[in-house]
This record gives sequence, structure tokens and C-alpha cells, in this order.
Amino acid sequence: MTEPLITLDRVSKAFAQRPVLANISMQLMRGEITTLIGPNGAGKSTLVRIILGLLQPDSGSVRPSPELEIGYMPQKIHIDPTLPISTCRFVQLANTSHRACHAALEQVGIGHLTQAPIQTLSGGEMQRALLARAIVRQPNFLVLDEPVQGVDVSGQNALYRMIAELSKSLNCGVLMVSHDLHLVMSATDHVICLNQHICCQGNPEQVTQDQAYIDIFGQTTAIYAHQHDHHHSIHGEVVDEQGNHQHGEGCSHD
Amino acid sequence: MTDFLLYALLAGLGVALVAGPLGCFVVWRRMAYFGDTLAHSALLGVSLGVLLGINISITVAAVPLLIALGLVFLEQRGILSLDTLLGILSHSALATGLVLISLLPDVRVDLMSLLFGDLLAVTINDLWIIYGVAGSVTILLVALWKPLINITVHAEIASVEGVKVSAVRTALMLITALVIAIAMKIVGVLLITALLIIPAATARRVSRTPEQMAIIASLVAMVTVVMGLAMSWYSDAPAGPSVVVCSALLFLLSLTAPQRG
Repeated sequence: MTEPLITLDRVSKAFAQRPVLANISMQLMRGEITTLIGPNGAGKSTLVRIILGLLQPDSGSVRPSPELEIGYMPQKIHIDPTLPISTCRFVQLANTSHRACHAALEQVGIGHLTQAPIQTLSGGEMQRALLARAIVRQPNFLVLDEPVQGVDVSGQNALYRMIAELSKSLNCGVLMVSHDLHLVMSATDHVICLNQHICCQGNPEQVTQDQAYIDIFGQTTAIYAHQHDHHHSIHGEVVDEQGNHQHGEGCSHD
Repeated sequence: MTDFLLYALLAGLGVALVAGPLGCFVVWRRMAYFGDTLAHSALLGVSLGVLLGINISITVAAVPLLIALGLVFLEQRGILSLDTLLGILSHSALATGLVLISLLPDVRVDLMSLLFGDLLAVTINDLWIIYGVAGSVTILLVALWKPLINITVHAEIASVEGVKVSAVRTALMLITALVIAIAMKIVGVLLITALLIIPAATARRVSRTPEQMAIIASLVAMVTVVMGLAMSWYSDAPAGPSVVVCSALLFLLSLTAPQRG
């Protein structure tokens, strides 16, 4: 059994007394793609920031393995147009050689754009440049926060396939945050459904049949059809006809 | 050439050397208003220095630095937007500085030279300070160049890659406070931001890399110092504003050049 890359033990976090994450425990493994899904405000970004070490949890522990090397791809970023910087140079900021940067850009399919000013890249090209930056140091763990934002549907498919291939060739663990479940499911080993706590988790087939998952995402995104026996609040939360939140298996909150 | 003109030229070139690259960061990081606030607080530094009998060269760097650190603290508390905070601090620092100066009993301080600079009054002592500071700032900028560019592009990626983001940010504030302290001599507190951002904006048009932009901004700033001094010499206009006018003219000229990178 290999060591987990990073272990979270009962991690909780609140902002201004408002709990955002409660009792999150998980292990992220090498060679496994984990997708984090959940409605807006579920604490996905907060959890990612805690895993990255950008935020400290209020309680609980985050234990990275000693050889953990993270490659991070944030959500769509803005680079000020006054900063003259080529795509290659952007990737090289990761403190790598020119050659490694070229190889990474080739790997994500934008080798022809190395000299282009980064601000001139299209949405899909920019996401690829970010991916190149994330993989250029040969990490053993990739953290991707909504990697296909601003990319058209066919591009999204290609990008997910690329991520799956990269995780194989780098033999690294992947943690991905996503909204669009359909596309993600095919390229995922493990799904964690988050709504401040872990509602349910497992492989994609298990999760999509889990009542907690169906409660949150409804039948539009579930692979197996089911009776839509509940309503959604404007936040996407599941409510019954009286407007109360419905609990899934594993839901421990009130 | 007379001594005072030579001193003025050397002082201006020393400040221009570091104003170029620092100005680039001010432009890239959208810190123009921030720079203004620190510059205005330098006036408070002068009055506090005189009032407390501390060497003014120290207080004009220390007060902006304290204000910068205070800003970071207030911004993290998230009480008001940075923009509003800057507006409050900038103008209250300027006003407090002006009030304190007017209250000083025995000291006659030349307010005009504080507000708009007095390049032609530079002494050999000032030159030592200017080149000492410019030298240290250059060393800091070169040593921290990579992490500075990295956090400017994206602080979170830089942090995940192991850059000590808050330390680098604090260093940039220290650098800014130091440059403001020496630039004050040249163009005064009201025009410091112009000395920083106009050469950088001019350089942007013809640069393809951050390094090119920093070096060209330095050169542009040096040229404007020479032009401004010449203009001041022949027309008897005040030197600081003349430098800024020449800087603006060069910027307008650069707009005719095709954009690169």
C-alpha cells in the first residue's frame, strides 16, 4: 500500500463564525483522480486552499507526505496587460529551464504559442498554459480548480482527457474541482460530494446513485434516471415542499 | 558647469536609475494610488522629523513604511475597500503633515520645495544618501527579481511553488518607501508617482519582457532628468515639474511607436 500524498483529519474552517467546512477527513493518493463537486458555497475553494497550504484550518490537521510536490492550476486568472510576458516565460516562472518549459507547452498542445504574449491567448489556450505551468516541475500531485472554465464544450472534453493522460504519464494524484459532472465523471476515479461536510463519496457510479448526491444535483446530472421528488432552492440546495433541506445518507448536520 | 548643476544631475540620475524598475511594479501591480499615498505620507515624515528632532532622511522613509504596513493590516481586516482606505490615509497624511509644519515654531521650512522638490539645492551629503539608497534598492531588486515577478503574475501559484509571498511583498513596500524618500528631493511629494509611472508606461510600448521594460524605464527616466534640468536651466522653470513635463512629452511621443509584445 502506498503512502497517501496528503491526509486531512477532521478539518474544520469558519469565516466570521459562519462554518464553511466541518469535519472533513480524506486521503489523496498517487495515481488517482479525485473530483470535488458540490453546489456554490459548499466550501470547495476553501478546502482546496487548505490543501494547498494557502489557508490554515481552525481545527483538524493536514499532513502532507514528505515528498509531496504540488502543481497548482487556479481558476481563470487575469494578468495585467501592462506586464510584457510571453507564454514560455510565464511557465518558466516556476523556476525551471527553458527546455522544460517548451516540453510542458508541447505536452499540453500549445507548443506553437511559446513566444506569444500571454494576454493574447484565448480562453482554452490560457487554461492549457496554466496546466503547463502546473506540470512543468513534474509534480506528484496536481490540484486543478475548475480547469475548464471559459472553455467551449468540445474543448472541455479534450482538456479532461488531457488531464487524465497527464496524471497517468506523471503518475501523480489529481484533485479537481468541478461543476460540470457529466464530462468529469468519465475521467474520475473517486468523487467527493461536498456541501460543507462530505455528503457522499465513492466511484462515479456509486456516487451518482447515492441519495445525498441526487438530493443535491437532481436527475439532470445523474447518470441513472430517478423520480424528481424534491425541489431546489435558488442556491441549488435541495429542499422539500416546505422549503426544508433534505438529508442524504452521511449527512450529519441539522 | 557649476557644482550645483552637476549635483542636481547626479542626484536626478541616481533616483531615475531605481525609479524605472520600481515604477514598473507600480504599473504592473496597479499601485499608483498606493504610491501616491506613501509619497504624501513622506511629508508627514518631514514634519515629524523636525518636530521630534530626528534626522529627516530617516523619518521620510520610516513614515511611509509604517503607513504601508498599516495599510496591509487594515486591508486584511476588510473593513473598507483598499481604494477608500488609500484616499483616507493619503489625504489625512498630507493634511497632517502640512498642519504640523505650519505649527513648528522656530523652523522655517520651504513648503514649495517639499511639495515640488528642489533639485538645484542638492548637497554632496544628499548625493551620498541618494546613491547609498539607490545602490541598496538595486541590490534588493536584482536579488528578489524572480519572486517579485512571480507574485506580481499570480500570488497563489507563487505561494504553492514555495515563494514566501508576504516577505517578498513587504520587501517591495520597503523598496517603495526608500525610493520615495530619495525621490522627494527631486520632484517633491506631489509629483513622485509621476516620476515612477510615466517612464514605466513609456517603456511598455517598446518592451517584450519584464526586464526590458524595467531597463528601458530606467533609461527613459534618466533622459527625462537631463531634459528637465536643461529646460529648467534655460527657462528658469522649477526643476522637479520640468522633469515631469519632459517625462509626459516622451510618453506622448511613445504612443506613436507600434506596440510590441
